[in-house]
Amino acid sequence: MTGRKVIMNFPVTATSHSLADYRARGGYQTLAKVLREMRPEQVTKEVVASGILGHGGAAFPAGRKWGVIKLNDEQPHYLCANADEGEPGTFKDRWILENAPHLLLESMLISAYALQVHHAFVYIRGEFDLPYRRLAAAVEEAYDGGYFGKALVGSDFACDIVIYRGAGSYVCGEASALITSIEGKKGYPRNRPPRLTVRGLYQRPTVINNVETLANVTAIVAQGGQAFRQIGTAKSPGTQLVSISGHVQRPGVYELEYGTPLAAFIEEDCGGVLGGGQLKCIVPGGISTKVLTAAEITTVTYDHASLTAAGSGVGSGGMVVIAEGTCMVRLLQILLRFYHHESCGQCTPCREGMGWMHRIIDRIVAGQGRPEDIEQLARISRANDGTTICGMGDAAGYATLGILAKYRDEFEYFIQHRRSKFDGRLEVEGPEAAHA
Amino acid sequence: MKHLVPEFDSMRRRYPAEATSSLVLPCLRRIQEDRGYVADEDIAELTAYLGVPRIQIEEVLAHYTQFRRKPIGLWHLQACRNLSCSMRGAERVIDHLCHKLGVQPGQTTADGRYTLSTVECLGSCGTAPVVMLNDAYLENMDATKLDALIAGLPT
Repeated sequence: MTGRKVIMNFPVTATSHSLADYRARGGYQTLAKVLREMRPEQVTKEVVASGILGHGGAAFPAGRKWGVIKLNDEQPHYLCANADEGEPGTFKDRWILENAPHLLLESMLISAYALQVHHAFVYIRGEFDLPYRRLAAAVEEAYDGGYFGKALVGSDFACDIVIYRGAGSYVCGEASALITSIEGKKGYPRNRPPRLTVRGLYQRPTVINNVETLANVTAIVAQGGQAFRQIGTAKSPGTQLVSISGHVQRPGVYELEYGTPLAAFIEEDCGGVLGGGQLKCIVPGGISTKVLTAAEITTVTYDHASLTAAGSGVGSGGMVVIAEGTCMVRLLQILLRFYHHESCGQCTPCREGMGWMHRIIDRIVAGQGRPEDIEQLARISRANDGTTICGMGDAAGYATLGILAKYRDEFEYFIQHRRSKFDGRLEVEGPEAAHA
Repeated sequence: MKHLVPEFDSMRRRYPAEATSSLVLPCLRRIQEDRGYVADEDIAELTAYLGVPRIQIEEVLAHYTQFRRKPIGLWHLQACRNLSCSMRGAERVIDHLCHKLGVQPGQTTADGRYTLSTVECLGSCGTAPVVMLNDAYLENMDATKLDALIAGLPT
């Protein structure tokens, strides 16, 4: 039901992440062919032709990002894989890091060659333990196998790689904050322009791509950009690793070919709502995307155009299934507590606004809500939009406005009756699901 | 931290020559693994070793939630409280741990054995609720499983 596979196309076993198994699947042959037969700009041409969009959340065309790099500008270039997977609901890149680390490394080497990068980085969130250990072991295997260092695979190309571990900061998943973090500083986002492809890490031209975006590069170059484009839809080429969680029978990571019918995916592939309940709504792509009600997704297909037309987005592929009976007021409280906790404090509207919103929602949940609170939440959300350096304040606003627009009655009920319409329930199954 | 300098020197080999400042985070992480937290003398010595401004190190320690300036318990339990975990029982798990250990999130038991923290999304929503025990992810947790795990920790 989920369509063709690009990434999850091998059986996961106890050793499938190893170099030996990866080689047995044809691993590193594309890299050898690229170094032997292709010029760097030909590689970029294939990535442009593939039409692949960024898989981290912003859906920016990867080829267009790469195209900004000038190959002969006589200064170092850098490549960073963004493995700071922290958007709540998202755990797909972890699948690649744990199960296909060499696919990421081969793809990064091909990308490094295309962009003439001699130092690549993987920025991985500090909490990830097994993903880090798997990736670190793969890097050492790859060095020993002659895939990193000088004269790799017998060519005259040289590339080193560093796994850079974060230390607990959501905002560092934002590309410019990620770069500030790799520079060994607190993770503050930077104003643009200049774009990071012009002045990025250590003021050098830098390409930052999501782990999954990069992991597709080997397949794109192996089969050619045009052939890759035959997968998915015209405007969303390829596949998306979707991590699905919440009130769903079979949570996990699924690879969906773009264009797959969304409701059928949830119902059939994921087993539908936990405990046979009714679907209330979904968060389609990480909590910063707007919720879509069960009625709104009946005709939606999983691709950028369809989800955007429905009023939300693919985002980071982090889907959360929410069952009927869930209290949306308490759900929003969790989101606003999170945004308040993670605001880096650099921009006033976000630093102050997240605190205001968190305090208002806490007040409502404590039974002290005022009738004007709903409008206040909406007003702060709108006022934050576009006024900050990074998109975090905007994202908190989108999430809030989405929930307020569709579940305003639950907020009105909570304020008027000083209690939840749904007993404050976040769980739908289990012995004490209705405890709150 | 002085005994870690040979490790730091070898770590630098794969970094670009211009990237000395990048070493702040990995050095602090290693110091914390070694000592359990980052002490004043570590900051002074790392400032001297890397030649970066002292305030840069202070800001890093304040910005990132994983760095600590004080020792914590032998076993650090960090329970995720974000959306998917809360939808699958995290609030009950956190209540249980508070009750069992007799501490609130952010506190350490009087015997210095356990520190309880709540954290935001750990990127493990498909196996919610999730609790970290030191570096390891404990997935699909509930009160019974946690009790068994805690009972099995070496004394």
